[in-house]
Amino acid sequence: MSPAFAYYPGCSLEGTAVEYDRSGRACCAVLGIELTEIPDWSCCGSSPAHAVDTVLSGALAARNLGLARQGGFGGVVTPCPNCLVNLRTASRDLDDPDRRARINALLSTPCEGGLPAVSLLQALHEQAGPAALAAAVVRPLAGLKVAPYYGCILHRPPGLMAFDDPENPVAMDQLLEAAGAEVVAFPFKTECCGASYGVPRKDLVMELSGRLLEAAADLGADALAVACPLCQMNLDLRQDQIAASRRRAFGIPVFYFTQLLGLALGLGRADLGLDRLVVDPGPALRKLGTGG
Amino acid sequence: MRLGVFVCHCGSNIAATVDCAAVAEAARAMPDVAFAADSIYTCSEPGQEAIVAAVAEHGLDGVVVASCSPRMHERTFRRTVARAGLNPYMFEMANIREHVSWVGRDKERNTAKATDLVRMAVEKLRRNRPLTPREFPATRRVLVIGGGVAGIQAALDCADGGLEVVLVERTASIGGKMAQLDKTFPTVDCSSCVLGPRMVDVAQHPDITLYAYSEVAAVSGWVGNFEVSIRRKATYVDWNKCTGCGECIKKCPAKDAPDPFNAGLAPARAINIPFPQAIPKKAVINAAHCKQLTTGKCGVCAKVCPSGAIDYAMTDTTVTEKVGAVIVATGYELFDPTVYGQYGGGRYPDVITSMQYERMLSASGPTGGHVVRPSDGREPQSVVFIQCVGSRDRHIGRPYCSGFCCMYTAKQAILTRDHVPGAQTYVFYMDIRSPGKGYDEFIRRAMEEYGVRYVRGRVSRIFPKGDRLVVRGADTLMAAQVQVEADLVVLAVGAEHAPGAQELAATLRVSIDEHGFFLEGHPKLKPVETNTAGVYLAGACQGPKDIPASVSQASAAAAKVLGLFARGTLASDPQVALVDPRRCVGCLKCLKTCPFGAIREEQGRDGAVRALVVETVCQGCGVCCVTCPQGAVQLQHFTDDQILAEVEALCRTPLPTCG
Ligand code: SF4
Ligand code: SF4
Repeated sequence: MSPAFAYYPGCSLEGTAVEYDRSGRACCAVLGIELTEIPDWSCCGSSPAHAVDTVLSGALAARNLGLARQGGFGGVVTPCPNCLVNLRTASRDLDDPDRRARINALLSTPCEGGLPAVSLLQALHEQAGPAALAAAVVRPLAGLKVAPYYGCILHRPPGLMAFDDPENPVAMDQLLEAAGAEVVAFPFKTECCGASYGVPRKDLVMELSGRLLEAAADLGADALAVACPLCQMNLDLRQDQIAASRRRAFGIPVFYFTQLLGLALGLGRADLGLDRLVVDPGPALRKLGTGG
Repeated sequence: MRLGVFVCHCGSNIAATVDCAAVAEAARAMPDVAFAADSIYTCSEPGQEAIVAAVAEHGLDGVVVASCSPRMHERTFRRTVARAGLNPYMFEMANIREHVSWVGRDKERNTAKATDLVRMAVEKLRRNRPLTPREFPATRRVLVIGGGVAGIQAALDCADGGLEVVLVERTASIGGKMAQLDKTFPTVDCSSCVLGPRMVDVAQHPDITLYAYSEVAAVSGWVGNFEVSIRRKATYVDWNKCTGCGECIKKCPAKDAPDPFNAGLAPARAINIPFPQAIPKKAVINAAHCKQLTTGKCGVCAKVCPSGAIDYAMTDTTVTEKVGAVIVATGYELFDPTVYGQYGGGRYPDVITSMQYERMLSASGPTGGHVVRPSDGREPQSVVFIQCVGSRDRHIGRPYCSGFCCMYTAKQAILTRDHVPGAQTYVFYMDIRSPGKGYDEFIRRAMEEYGVRYVRGRVSRIFPKGDRLVVRGADTLMAAQVQVEADLVVLAVGAEHAPGAQELAATLRVSIDEHGFFLEGHPKLKPVETNTAGVYLAGACQGPKDIPASVSQASAAAAKVLGLFARGTLASDPQVALVDPRRCVGCLKCLKTCPFGAIREEQGRDGAVRALVVETVCQGCGVCCVTCPQGAVQLQHFTDDQILAEVEALCRTPLPTCG
């Protein structure tokens, strides 16, 4: 029996990554993972808050953990790696009496202690797992060569995230394989794509993201699978800029891994938000014989 | 009773923050104290002579020295007191250095605390009784556990010194890691040419009994009188008949057994002799891979063996040996590099470990000494070595330096140039640590004569590109990222404790450190002893060591054993538990709790059951004393009376007012 999870979408999933939210929920529904959105959830305190004050960012995340606790949930699932880092950090801090007191001083409803938080990838891998997924596949991704890209923070820091191998993770590989895709041995699974340097150091982004796209192209990948809204946006939206700076065309669609799993599970294109991708997924998907 | 108190300044170690004269002055007012003085260095010759003189002059019955930790000098002062004609146990030590001057800065309060500690010591000493060690005979035989270079050296030294030696080796041959090496640093001489004759000496020595393919299962007894049971694992080959001809190996159809000697580079047959120079040179069947033993369908080796040595029905047997001392020389294990996902060890065939590379360099190795890529058998033109794989990394629980990787990497880089002239060699390193004799010169040669390119920095990732590997890392001297294309990557893996070290430590009742290495008695002054009398350490079981260091320590351990037996008899420590038969009700709770099995059940003349402490086994831990509901067991020298007297002495002083 899988425990009921509280679902924490986070702000990106309401905006730039709506398709991640939609496809993730749809996959969980098919695979019997019950997700209940935390009522009245607020910002998790990641990017801006923790740079200013870790107690403040802790309190922002703790508020959401507190709401999940009150709802009687045993854990929280979040698709966004940034939210995950912050929720896990807050959870750890809440288990320390000193830190808890400082965090709770900022909250009107104090939070009694931490609550386990897992990524959507971990939830799908541990609650459903490759075997159950394979059994539920109706339209295998046969013929599609996918480079799984986990991003730099989904498994790091390893002590805090405590899931999979932080240097050579395999959870997404296994799920995609179960969905019938041909997964390439992508060497840069956990390299940084440089997204957070998007504004101050565009040259860095071109270099770091360029490496990723080039490696995927060299391996003959038809698509990238990602698990992070920031990675997706960066690699997808900026792909033309990167291509220009590297003087090399890519045309590699950047899917959320849940979109690909959803396709295999027979979900409709609209349910998965495929139309929101910038790089046209059509050519890649035609390999599946599902039509462009 | 007339007692003397000596308060030591320890130069400025104590005197800087304790008023030693005032402590001595206060001591003069304590009960039974007939003499008190302070001295600059009590442990020095004049300091000790002053104690001897004071005992004579003032007719003292006991002495308190307030100075450093008893671990440091208790034995010294016991000898001084004995020299003055007193029983050595009529001595007490108050630790006013580690417990006072080194941990507190407030001179006034330090002085008060030092006075308290002296008062406690005086109260205890007033209740001390002279104790006398017992002499007992020792079995002049020694057990050496582990047949690597350290075990071999220790066994030979002991045997040459006239002791009988029982050498137990877990694998089928002695030789250990050194036998696997091609060359040794910094002389680049052939490892088996150095070790081989020593292995033969072991086999031929009349006073050495070798149990190969055997393990120590249990140890009982105490220094001078250990009883060891040794499990001889089933080899399925009668070694009395086997001549080592190797006919069986040629014909064995099961070719997929692991070959630990070649570090997994090549598979072996189910029946095998580990290497050509093995001692003993006898065949062993790997039961898990033998078709006869797993499916009952084969029996080829039995048919071809010209001596009829094969015995599929063989089972493990146990032998018991009596020894007086034990030398542990179980060595180390190499780090498993698959822990580092980013290096791709175990995933990419051309990322290998240093031991695999060593086997490749060896003329007797699986490639006959040719350096090739495991993936396609091509000769690599560019070889990258990565140091500190599994060393100096607290994130994976290996914060310590493995000590020998810098040197063996330089050796392998040099040998690479000999085997593949013109090959490029790169070494990624954190620091070069080469403090041994001729070591730094050797590293220089690698850099200057052999053109090995040293890059100071960690490697972040290894990934394939075409049929080559890309090694990406940092060059911290250039403050730049670097990327090197390699045909072969060699991970210089570090050392970790041998498998089973913890179980063996429990069997021997010795301690291991946080990383699983055996713990020495004292890091400076007892480097080869353990805290269990009669058990000594040699080689890398105590921490990573290279060959010279292992051999030195092995000889040191042998010297300790020879010294132990030199006098014929041993003296027991009288600070042991003693049962008062009038109070003991025979509940035997103490027998159950004693961690050393030192308590026996005894029937008195009245027929009642009572506990009896075996003096020579008792380690004086005191567990039985606190267990006994009757208070019938007392630890000599630490009786309830003595401890309570100390506590009372402490409670008599008013609490200091704080700040
Ligand atoms: S054939 Fe017989 S004698 Fe020869 S090595 Fe094998 S077991 Fe020993
Ligand atoms: S019986 Fe076992 S060891 Fe002997 S030849 Fe057959 S498989 Fe090899």
